[in-house]
Amino acid sequence: MKKSYKIEVDCANCANKMEDAAKKTAGVKDCTVNFMALKMSVEFEEGADAKAVMKDVLANCKKVEDDCEIFGI
Amino acid sequence: MTKKQRKTLIRIILAAVLTVVLHFLPVTGIPRFCLYLIPYFIIGYDILRKAVIGIKNGQMLDENFLMATATIGAFAIALADDSGDFDEAVAVMLFYQVGELFQGYAVGKSRRSIAELMDIRPDRAFILRGDSVEEVDPDEVETGSLIVVDPGEKVPIDGIVEDGISTVNTAALTGESLPRDICPGDEVISGSVNMTGRLTIRTTKPAGESTAAKIIELVEESGAKKSRSEQFITRFARIYTPAVCGSALALALLPPVVRLITGLSPEWHTWVYRALTFLVISCPCALVVSIPLSFFAGIGGASKKGILIKGANYLESLSKASVAVFDKTGTLTRGVFDVSDIHHGIMPNEALIRYAAYVESPSSHPISRSIQRAYGNAVDRSIITDIQEIGGHGICAKVDGVPVAAGNGKLMQKIGVEHHECHSPGTIVHMAVDGAYAGHIVISDCVKDTSAEAIRKLKAAGVKKTVMLTGDNEKTGRAVGDELGIDMVCADLLPADKVAKVEQLLSEKPEGTTLIFTGDGINDAPVLSRADIGIAMGGLGSDAAIEAADVVIMDDDPAKIAEGLRISRKCMGIVRANIVFAIGIKLLCLILGALGFANMWLAIFADVGVLILCVINAARALRA
Repeated sequence: MKKSYKIEVDCANCANKMEDAAKKTAGVKDCTVNFMALKMSVEFEEGADAKAVMKDVLANCKKVEDDCEIFGI
Repeated sequence: MTKKQRKTLIRIILAAVLTVVLHFLPVTGIPRFCLYLIPYFIIGYDILRKAVIGIKNGQMLDENFLMATATIGAFAIALADDSGDFDEAVAVMLFYQVGELFQGYAVGKSRRSIAELMDIRPDRAFILRGDSVEEVDPDEVETGSLIVVDPGEKVPIDGIVEDGISTVNTAALTGESLPRDICPGDEVISGSVNMTGRLTIRTTKPAGESTAAKIIELVEESGAKKSRSEQFITRFARIYTPAVCGSALALALLPPVVRLITGLSPEWHTWVYRALTFLVISCPCALVVSIPLSFFAGIGGASKKGILIKGANYLESLSKASVAVFDKTGTLTRGVFDVSDIHHGIMPNEALIRYAAYVESPSSHPISRSIQRAYGNAVDRSIITDIQEIGGHGICAKVDGVPVAAGNGKLMQKIGVEHHECHSPGTIVHMAVDGAYAGHIVISDCVKDTSAEAIRKLKAAGVKKTVMLTGDNEKTGRAVGDELGIDMVCADLLPADKVAKVEQLLSEKPEGTTLIFTGDGINDAPVLSRADIGIAMGGLGSDAAIEAADVVIMDDDPAKIAEGLRISRKCMGIVRANIVFAIGIKLLCLILGALGFANMWLAIFADVGVLILCVINAARALRA
């Protein structure tokens, strides 16, 4: 399952860090952050609960970049 | 500027003014230090806060932490030396913020200019309910509803005109500024601008699946497919910061220790200062932001011209094209065929055309349509029986019980009828009626006005080899190939042969270059996906083409291929320049810093300067 979220982040390197953090989150198969479009596309593992996984993703992202935000979780 | 950016700007000005005033103030020692803390906190409080959060989360190589370390270190050295020169610490923070502000502003500006380019999806639709017109969100319009579009408005949803005559401008979609006349029964595509008359349109798709929405989605998603340059930079950024920090640590500790051992004075201050200079240059921001920005701008600039590139990776491979392969029909030629001659007929031409029209009627192939046009009458399908379509050969059927076969020479051989070879260029449809050869119909297609120019421009842009693939006979293919100046013509190909041919060409092309294949996107899906870059022409309104291809040319102008190549080359030039420039300047600063030629001032100037220049350079890609 693939889903796309609108995000808020200030710098390109922070976007890369968010991508790394999201990729390492349990339940996430793959993730790309598009800094220019401010979009995060997440591919979830089979049977993962998107809502719960995204909460963890946001928490992990906040750890690497305090100022970031993910909308529509 | 956003509210946040305006606030940062005010902080920058305030801190700068304060620092200048303090510089000339005759206060010394600890009071001077305390006074300098005021502008320092004004400009740097958020960085310091983030640095603390970073430490808590174990993010020791976070740029905020590094900036905080560098500036606090600069303060410490100035205090230890009792020099009273605190300008440097504040200045580093100040210029860092200037860089961040500029970066945010520039990125926001390019986002907006792309959004303007992509401003093709209106946010309202006028739905017709009975006699009254109601304004609604396009997403709420159900398929099959009637919507009204007034002159000057954009069409919100794809549909078919029910009522009204007008001209529409599709410039925002195709880059083609010539308006198109439309009348009831014609298809209209969302994103086109209605120019002269009121139109009533029956929608054929939901707003979210309409052309305008698809294009926007495609351009927005294009950034997700990262190019190799971008991946390189991401990897580089990952090792760059730790490497610079490691060197900084080594620089602060090793030389003084060595000096101590060899009996010299350790000069701790000098070496710690040089190490701090390293930290100032440790942020890879200029590089990291400028690469996706360049690609985003390049893709945006191309889409303005009606060339949709589905990912930064495709833009990158497009720029390396050395072999250009084309499908003939519909790509280099108009794909509109006309019956131009009939040879060796054993019956009146009208009768032969009638048989041909009947037997070809189940096919939607352009050849069939041209025969239908030449026949000019309606076909009574009930008298056609036993239809047998033989791929790559032709069609056999019974018309009024009479067995008729229409197709190429191979079909005639297959059914054992002797045929006359034709010497005219064009597509030849041989006819056999009741088991006997009945003559052949010559159908020819004309090349597009811009095809020759497209081939010439591609060659000028450095494409080494141009190849045309066609299912037509050698003679027709040759004629078109010679007219356009194509290097190699492969004729008589069945759809499967085209894939094989492209595979062969792929294996022959020079190392490190790519092969582009251009087709109409409908019949060529397997070839499009096999080529390094598949370009579909005439994508406007064709979902199949948009799905199958890597690059979609919205109208059917082959000159756009060369244009796309030019844009990709320019964009890649900018990307390469930025990579070399940013890495080069940083390395230079590191070397000068280590040797003691560059102080922190120079380091931060260089860092912010590189960032600004890279971002300005990246924005050039937009004006493709």
